[in-house]
Amino acid sequence: MSDQSRNRILERIREGLPATPFPGSDFSVVEEKQWPLETRVKMLRERLESVNGQVHQCSRDGWVAELRNLLSGREVNSLLYAPGTEHGSELENSWPGNDAGLPSLLSTMEEEVDFRERVFDVDASLTGTIGGIAETGTLVLWPTTQEPRLMSLAPPVHIALLDAANIQNTFWETVNQSQWAADMPTNVLLISGPSKTADIEQHLSYGVHGPKELIVLIRE
Amino acid sequence: MTKADFRTSAARAVGDTQLRKNFRRAMDGLMEKRTAAFPDGDELERLRTLGESIRSRSLAKLPELLVQLEHTCRENGIQVHWAETAEDGNRIVLDILKQRNAKTLVKGKSMVSEEMELNHFLEAHGIEALESDLGEYIIQLAQEMPSHIVMPVIHRNTAQIAELMERKIEGVSYTENPDELCKIARKVLREKFYKADAGISGVNFAVAETGTLCLVENEGNGRMSTTAPRTHIAVMGIEKVVEHLQDVPPLLSLLTRSATGQHITTYFNMISSPRRPGEQDGPEEVHLVLLDNGRSRILADPELRPTLRCIRCGACMNHCPVYTRVGGHAYQAVIPGPIGKILTPQLRGLDERGDMPFGSTLCNACVEVCPVRIPIVDILLRLRAEANGPEQGSSVKGAGAKRDGKEAMAWKGWQAMHASGALYNGLSRLMAKTGNMMPGSVAPLKAWTATRTKPRFAARTLHQMTRKRGVPNE
Amino acid sequence: MSDRSYPERPECVYFFGTCLIDLFYPGAGMAGIELLQREGLKVIFPQAQSCCGQPAYNSGFREEARAVARNQVRHFSKPYPVIVPSGSCASMLRNRYPDLFKDDPDETAAVDFSKRVYELTEFLVHVLKVDLTDLGAPVKVAWHGSCSMQREMGLREEPKRLLAQLDNVDIRPLERERECCGFGGTFSIKLPEISAAMAADKAGDVERSGAEVLVSGDCGCLMNISGTLEAQGQRVAPRHIAEFLWERTHDKG
Repeated sequence: MSDQSRNRILERIREGLPATPFPGSDFSVVEEKQWPLETRVKMLRERLESVNGQVHQCSRDGWVAELRNLLSGREVNSLLYAPGTEHGSELENSWPGNDAGLPSLLSTMEEEVDFRERVFDVDASLTGTIGGIAETGTLVLWPTTQEPRLMSLAPPVHIALLDAANIQNTFWETVNQSQWAADMPTNVLLISGPSKTADIEQHLSYGVHGPKELIVLIRE
Repeated sequence: MTKADFRTSAARAVGDTQLRKNFRRAMDGLMEKRTAAFPDGDELERLRTLGESIRSRSLAKLPELLVQLEHTCRENGIQVHWAETAEDGNRIVLDILKQRNAKTLVKGKSMVSEEMELNHFLEAHGIEALESDLGEYIIQLAQEMPSHIVMPVIHRNTAQIAELMERKIEGVSYTENPDELCKIARKVLREKFYKADAGISGVNFAVAETGTLCLVENEGNGRMSTTAPRTHIAVMGIEKVVEHLQDVPPLLSLLTRSATGQHITTYFNMISSPRRPGEQDGPEEVHLVLLDNGRSRILADPELRPTLRCIRCGACMNHCPVYTRVGGHAYQAVIPGPIGKILTPQLRGLDERGDMPFGSTLCNACVEVCPVRIPIVDILLRLRAEANGPEQGSSVKGAGAKRDGKEAMAWKGWQAMHASGALYNGLSRLMAKTGNMMPGSVAPLKAWTATRTKPRFAARTLHQMTRKRGVPNE
Repeated sequence: MSDRSYPERPECVYFFGTCLIDLFYPGAGMAGIELLQREGLKVIFPQAQSCCGQPAYNSGFREEARAVARNQVRHFSKPYPVIVPSGSCASMLRNRYPDLFKDDPDETAAVDFSKRVYELTEFLVHVLKVDLTDLGAPVKVAWHGSCSMQREMGLREEPKRLLAQLDNVDIRPLERERECCGFGGTFSIKLPEISAAMAADKAGDVERSGAEVLVSGDCGCLMNISGTLEAQGQRVAPRHIAEFLWERTHDKG
């Protein structure tokens, strides 16, 4: 039945459309948007902070220390992370064993543990990113087996690692530069702040369904 | 069901001072936000031109792109279904749910599912479809229709929402703190996301080049609905396809900035396949339902085709002086406002909603802000002509349905008076002498004089004055 | 400001009065003609003119609109600019006639005619480049530009430029200058409740501005807003801009 519907729909559409070729589009208005790296970092930071995102800049090797500072003394008891990733290993290696003030590390790959159950239960998660977008203050994530999609959605606190050098100018540039169209992953996520809504008389509330806090560590 | 008549429902709404206050404040806020998001007038115009080009290209190549989309989706493992009517679409969704043994459902916001009346249909078949977007969740509790395509519960203030939630959700005590209200919704819905068998969503853009479904949202419920359950069903109007992946960023920028003044929404979710081997979350099956429901008919007419460029930003209704005063419900349609006034009559027929195109002063405020330059006023005028014109040979459903014998005669009389210079001169001189004697209480003058003084005919017409002054005739 | 290209100053122009001016505000029409004559132009007023056809066109009665429109096309056939003291009528004549006459034997004539159409203030500013001297006493005015003027003709600044040339005229800004007044032609009698609400808001805006005179380039809007103000007992005098400019600048002595 669906096939007949398909053919009928296509036939109806074809009937009314001209055979003439349609011109391509002029993308220069988006193509032109280019800023130096320093500006890109600043723009991304400003945009994220304007929507209640938290941004911290640190050195390439100083991020775990930065993370420890941020989480120490907070009521975050568990931190979900992905072993087997570069940042996951670095985290594992530098995390103190029995610090009462810091969350315990929980793995996304632990056998006998249902990932789904765990991710809905933890207080915070840490993921990497494949890059960022300056114009919109956005993190780009390509979820993987080790860092599944729900990691950046279910926990109330999401911490994301971003390398400054990977911050592109615009979304359009990102798509074209990295030739996304060649091979799209299951899911691409653009995250530009903590979850929010203004449905209740335009009052801004955070953490409706997604994380209430988005913490971004920019490694320079 | 009583026939919808915009004038009647609008007249009622205009008298509701609370509603008018709510909407005026909300629309002012949205207009300000949009203005602030487009500080560079030149960039805005160039971006609108680009948006128009991308969407027009999609429509011009629609059959080819739909075939390509079907192919790339299937290659990715997304199952594609075609529905000619809303009924077909509902059936397809139900069959998928049955086949997947899905009894509970969470829904992300989808205007097309409202057009299909999907929830109602599923309920009749024993499947509960829970709206998860906060605004949609609230109107589902209230059993109302959305009053705006982007902010569905904009017609209710905090107190009204608080009262509703206390009444409808178990174990909840009254609070007017919006953050508390959100916490309650989060708790209720979180459990539903976790347990739901299936998730339903709309699609903001479907990319033919890569077989990717793109979804825009701020709350996270869309991601939840499309990631947590085992089955994801996406429903989409056939016009929502775009050709290339690079077409998406400009449209996204236009959409979010036009709608709410945001550079981008909190989440932009691009789904290209169900869960792949080794992945730990994501649905096992992803289905895409392509809905026609009258769109192919609109496509066939080049003057009306631009109706389908719409990316559902809502800017037109935010700027509409009529919408601001009557709110969304007065339109009695899934999609209200200026775009609703041209889309709904074409989908449902002028016989059913031929009243809608007349509910406008043709002020062009919508035309000025539409991110894809839909010539809304031109289309309103065309639909008005179709509503009165002959049905034969018309491409529009229900053409001729609004033609009123009395009105047609009146316009014929008007024509006779104005088509001949000589006749006009004679009759206008007569009006000048006698027009003021017409009582203001006679229709149609009565409608005018209810709130205004009667217009006064001048003692002499301009024709008479110019002749007297010797202004040359040729 | 309009970005249309304008011709050199002609010797001769047509004047299309509009039916509302003809019947209700003929003085404004005469003032428009006098403003043009004062600049040294020969103004021609074809007596056979009647109406641009917009009321029928907007109501969806195109055949009837075309029959009436044909009368205008036929009587303004020489290659002179056609000056129109109304944004809404000017837009009909300029923007809608080509489509109205598509595939019609008079199509070429209609297209040619439409290209020669100018709204009055547009013509005064961009072609005649008038320089006005205010001879009147100080007065506060509110300017209302119709939606057609602002958006279909793209003329937001031109009328205000003319008013700004008058030293004793204090232009009181409106809070919602761009918002429609609710006239919309037959809309005002077909959907009178919404129209009345919009007119009431606009009237309130005018009243709050402190203006003594309401000036507009469109008589439909003028009738709508001033009719509302009058019914409310407000004493704001309505004036078409042609009338106002002529009153303020011509030596009555």
